[in-house]
Amino acid sequence: MTNAGIWLRTLKVVFLSIFLAITIFPLYWIIITSFKMQKDIFSLPIQYWPKEFTLDNYIQIFKISHFQTYIFNSFLVSIVASFIVLIISMLGGYVLARFKFKGKGQVMGGFLITQIVPIFIGMAPLYMMMSKMQLVNHLFSLMLIYTVMLIPFCTIIMVGFFQRIPASLEEAAMIDGCSRISALFKVIVPVMLPGIMATLIFAFVQCWNELIMAVMFIDEESVKTIPVAMNSFIKKYDIEWGAMSAGTVLSVIPTMILFAFCQKYLVNGLTQGAVKG
Amino acid sequence: MKMEKQILHPNNPSVQPEKAPFRFSKEGIFILLCLAPAIVLVSVFVYYPIIKGSVMAFQNYTLFDLMNIHFIGLDNFKAVISSPNFATVVKNSVYWVFISLFFQLVLGFALALSMRKHFKGRGIYQGLVFFPWAMSGFLIGLIWRWMFNGQFGVINDLLLKTGLIDAPIAFLAEAKWAMASVIIANIWYGVAFFAIMILAALQSIPDELYEAAEIDGANKLHQLFYITLPYILPTLFITVLLRVIWILNFPDIIYSMTNGGPAGATHILSTYLIDKVMFEQNYGQASAVGLIIVVILLSFMVFFTKASKFEKKGDF
Repeated sequence: MTNAGIWLRTLKVVFLSIFLAITIFPLYWIIITSFKMQKDIFSLPIQYWPKEFTLDNYIQIFKISHFQTYIFNSFLVSIVASFIVLIISMLGGYVLARFKFKGKGQVMGGFLITQIVPIFIGMAPLYMMMSKMQLVNHLFSLMLIYTVMLIPFCTIIMVGFFQRIPASLEEAAMIDGCSRISALFKVIVPVMLPGIMATLIFAFVQCWNELIMAVMFIDEESVKTIPVAMNSFIKKYDIEWGAMSAGTVLSVIPTMILFAFCQKYLVNGLTQGAVKG
Repeated sequence: MKMEKQILHPNNPSVQPEKAPFRFSKEGIFILLCLAPAIVLVSVFVYYPIIKGSVMAFQNYTLFDLMNIHFIGLDNFKAVISSPNFATVVKNSVYWVFISLFFQLVLGFALALSMRKHFKGRGIYQGLVFFPWAMSGFLIGLIWRWMFNGQFGVINDLLLKTGLIDAPIAFLAEAKWAMASVIIANIWYGVAFFAIMILAALQSIPDELYEAAEIDGANKLHQLFYITLPYILPTLFITVLLRVIWILNFPDIIYSMTNGGPAGATHILSTYLIDKVMFEQNYGQASAVGLIIVVILLSFMVFFTKASKFEKKGDF
């Protein structure tokens, strides 16, 4: 190896290590904070490794709030919304990828524009619509809003996935007597499973993480999702960092598990649409 | 890749000739049924509120004065622009977008370059450094809020230990530090996205190109400038464009870290808008801010596409 080669390699290793440290440190910090005794959190010198480990903060958060309810609500909203998004965007994406018809360009353009315009402009009218439909403080409002917020992007992504699968595949199935819709589900879906998984997980994570709409539409204890609840802790307790860090860790865990298992799908699936060599 | 895609994707002219007159054939009904849910839902719950909201921008529309809704021309815009905070909000938005973007791009690019060649444990490494991308902005804001804490924050402690400062800084309580703090959190969050996109593009560069360059005696720097960069430029272009839109419309981190404070010093346009909806409940002015965002983004997009001359490759 040349001198320059060795130098470059060292530089790379150093950069990768520093970068890893910086990425992990905040996560490390919130996790160990959640296991510290209350008195240790607010004392100097700061402990980089807790003197005593405790689960108090986790017990505390279930005591002072209905955290189990928030977790359940978050799961319910995210699962329902992401599955509905998946089905709707698959049907739409399939048609947009496979057929030529009048108005196709306008439909695609219409979806693309929603990615530029901040949905927050529509927040006030949306609130009025929801309150007319008696959906404020109802989980259904969030399911509905998350679904419509995600349909455009997921449909565009789906168009890309379908375009990468040769149309001859389902045509062969149709010649063999399949209807179009059963060809779609029996032949195409298995082939593009990675893309479907990517879209589903992406949608789930987006719903799981959403804050602003949730804060706008929910403030009743029984229907709070995790972000809404955590947001109200900020106001209520002037940030009790022990319970707050425990809540943060708990609400990151599902994302972490999904990401650990499906990172490859997610990363490949979502970049395929945008990156062309 | 591009060639292949076109061959693999014939639109089957025998079934649907191009520019077929729209008729309610079996196919037409199928198309309609498949697209209807997406179009109806998006029209009713995205387009309608956004259009209604845009109209509100020209109306006197506040929750405290609902009996008195009427058109007031550009008064909301005038009120927003002439408010004493507005200059700060715009300046913050520019910093927020461009400083975040610059560091996310440079670090993301460096990260992707370092990860291009396989090394032991790359899969796990990738899982760890890409993870922030899947986290919620709200939680990231909380975590950094705790780290930037003026009294018990770890960042103060580290800076004191390394001797960079002599006394703890109240990062989020002082206007001059608060904006820098939220931008740092945003950079931490966004590097992964750039790295993911750029890495995917890098991996589509055929190895033969580098091998050929090596034989011709090109050094690494030459390879970077004459192979790598030109090859991934379209990706960089799309990613930057998407990111600018997205960062400007991304209030979550600021919302949970400072909520625009201290005294409005960290508001950007999107948090300012949300503030006007949730706290002032002045829907007219909120919508005016929203339209200002749209105008800024549209002009940026036009300018950016013109300036970089990659329009043809810019589909995604």
